[in-house]
Amino acid sequence: MTQSPTLSRRSTSSAPSQPRKSRRRGADARAGYTFLLPWLLGFIALTVGPMISSLYLSFTNYNLFDAPKWIGLDNYTSLFQDERFLQSVGVTMQYVVFGTPLKLAAALAIAMLLNSKRKGQGFYRSAFYAPSLIGASVSIAIVWKAMFGDSGPVDQGLSFFGINLGGWVGNPDMTMGMMILLTVWQFGAPMVIFLAGLKQIPADLYEAASMDGAGPVRKFINITWPMLSPVIFFNLLMETIHAFQIFASAYIISNGEGGPAGSTLFYTLYLYLRGFSDFRMGYASAMAWLLVIVVGIITLIFFKTSKSWVHYSGDSK
Amino acid sequence: MTTMATPTQNQPTTTTPAPVYNPKSESTTVKRIKSTIFHIVALALVAMVLYPAIWMISASFKPNSEIGGANNALWSNNFSFDNFITAMEGIGGVSTLTFFTNSLILAVGAVVGTVLSASISAYAFARINFPGRGLFFGMMIATLLLPFHVVIIPQYIVFQQLGLVDTYVPLLIGKFLAADAFFVFLMVQFMRGLPAELDEAARIDGAGHVRIFGSIMLPLMKPALISTSIFSFIWSWNDFLGPLLYLNTPEKYPLPLALRLFVDQTQSSDYGAMIAMSVLALLPVLVFFLVFQRYIVEGVSTQGLKG
Repeated sequence: MTQSPTLSRRSTSSAPSQPRKSRRRGADARAGYTFLLPWLLGFIALTVGPMISSLYLSFTNYNLFDAPKWIGLDNYTSLFQDERFLQSVGVTMQYVVFGTPLKLAAALAIAMLLNSKRKGQGFYRSAFYAPSLIGASVSIAIVWKAMFGDSGPVDQGLSFFGINLGGWVGNPDMTMGMMILLTVWQFGAPMVIFLAGLKQIPADLYEAASMDGAGPVRKFINITWPMLSPVIFFNLLMETIHAFQIFASAYIISNGEGGPAGSTLFYTLYLYLRGFSDFRMGYASAMAWLLVIVVGIITLIFFKTSKSWVHYSGDSK
Repeated sequence: MTTMATPTQNQPTTTTPAPVYNPKSESTTVKRIKSTIFHIVALALVAMVLYPAIWMISASFKPNSEIGGANNALWSNNFSFDNFITAMEGIGGVSTLTFFTNSLILAVGAVVGTVLSASISAYAFARINFPGRGLFFGMMIATLLLPFHVVIIPQYIVFQQLGLVDTYVPLLIGKFLAADAFFVFLMVQFMRGLPAELDEAARIDGAGHVRIFGSIMLPLMKPALISTSIFSFIWSWNDFLGPLLYLNTPEKYPLPLALRLFVDQTQSSDYGAMIAMSVLALLPVLVFFLVFQRYIVEGVSTQGLKG
């Protein structure tokens, strides 16, 4: 396995000679914190500090101009009576629950197709990867909007097969499909990671299975899936967390409004609108903290359930 | 679990020796047919996946009347550079060249800041033993999973009070403080793969950490530094939320914001120019991709970087 789903720590420096040990330890401590300084400053000033103050702000009414006014849990309780908020949760969940598995399924299927010793691997890999590099950009959001608009190529292509849906952009029932297709289109990044994982599976496992008369389905279930499970876990975790944070595409496609009929009102877009166009910064902070908590819980659930299906090669077979 | 070594290209690590059990199960013709089918399927998929990009490039050369509507063919007899000429004129009295320059300043700043700060911090995590290292390393990893929206509001408030809104400071300061934990992690992993004997030998020769870092580690870390540079450039180039939050004057806009302005002001009246400008905005990323393909794809497969 090349990339590291397990973030284990490994000590590098070997034990120094005895007499110089303590002097060197002091020097190392000083050097350590000196070198760590850029990250440490950033961590305190740009992460920990802001996290604490947004936690505080989430219990206040704050509009950037008047002093924050403590209101206790009011922001949190009113969130759950805010229909737009609930809608943004629904939109985002739909996107995460359908988009991520579809994207990973496409990534795995194509990685398995490409995992052979045929010519042209490099070309195919790069071609499939390219959308991952540009997919989240404003440019592609504009193109997506044009392609899925009224009588755009998608509409026309479907009409050719007798399916007349009209433009997807203006149709609240279709916008989610369009957003999911946009994320599935970027399957290249997880695909490349799957490919690296597939290459690590010893070929003799498959040969032995063939001799035992196993077909492709049995081989997938009994060899590919368990052997690849750490990589699947890593991709699933990262893509899920990523999916919660989609912003630019939704903003551009809906002109920053989350429309039509709130169908592209993603969580982060609503957070942005509340915080930076209504200047309800306390409210937006409560939303941000809720997102952190939800993502934290999901990460925890992933790690807890992973024990039953993720097999690390260090485990007993 | 190995730390990444120098990319070994596409070579599968386990090459199978000729199987002993039945050497001639498939004739060469069967193999050839299978391989042809593979290429047909793969090429069809490539065509499907690249279609949006091809459509975009085709549309950028077409007159407005031929984009959308009844005429969706990829080829047109009326291809011209007109859309690009309109797109280069810019928007709101600001030339597109200015937007390009702004994007470039931000991206180069991001690369310089990230490479410097991430490599220095990574050296501490990977090569120096100091109390608290494990704890801080764990926190660094945790920030990889943290939705950054939780910090943008207080950050904005602070930068606003410091009078730094509508400058590039809020967009660049994080880069110089190793705020993209992914790059720190990538470099830590890379450095851990370098032999510890190197440091020990240098220490015996009396070299301090600064020397070890500067003259031993940095030169050996070239692949990691290149991946970091490429990805921080592209991420900065495509970043939308940061500039959207902090920049107010069009003269300071980078391309993604300029594009949004373009969309707002022209709406669908000049589709061609809008798409031409989208193409222009992606051009550097595409050139980067073509030139550094190997580094980019290897970077993703060995470090799990996102695009």
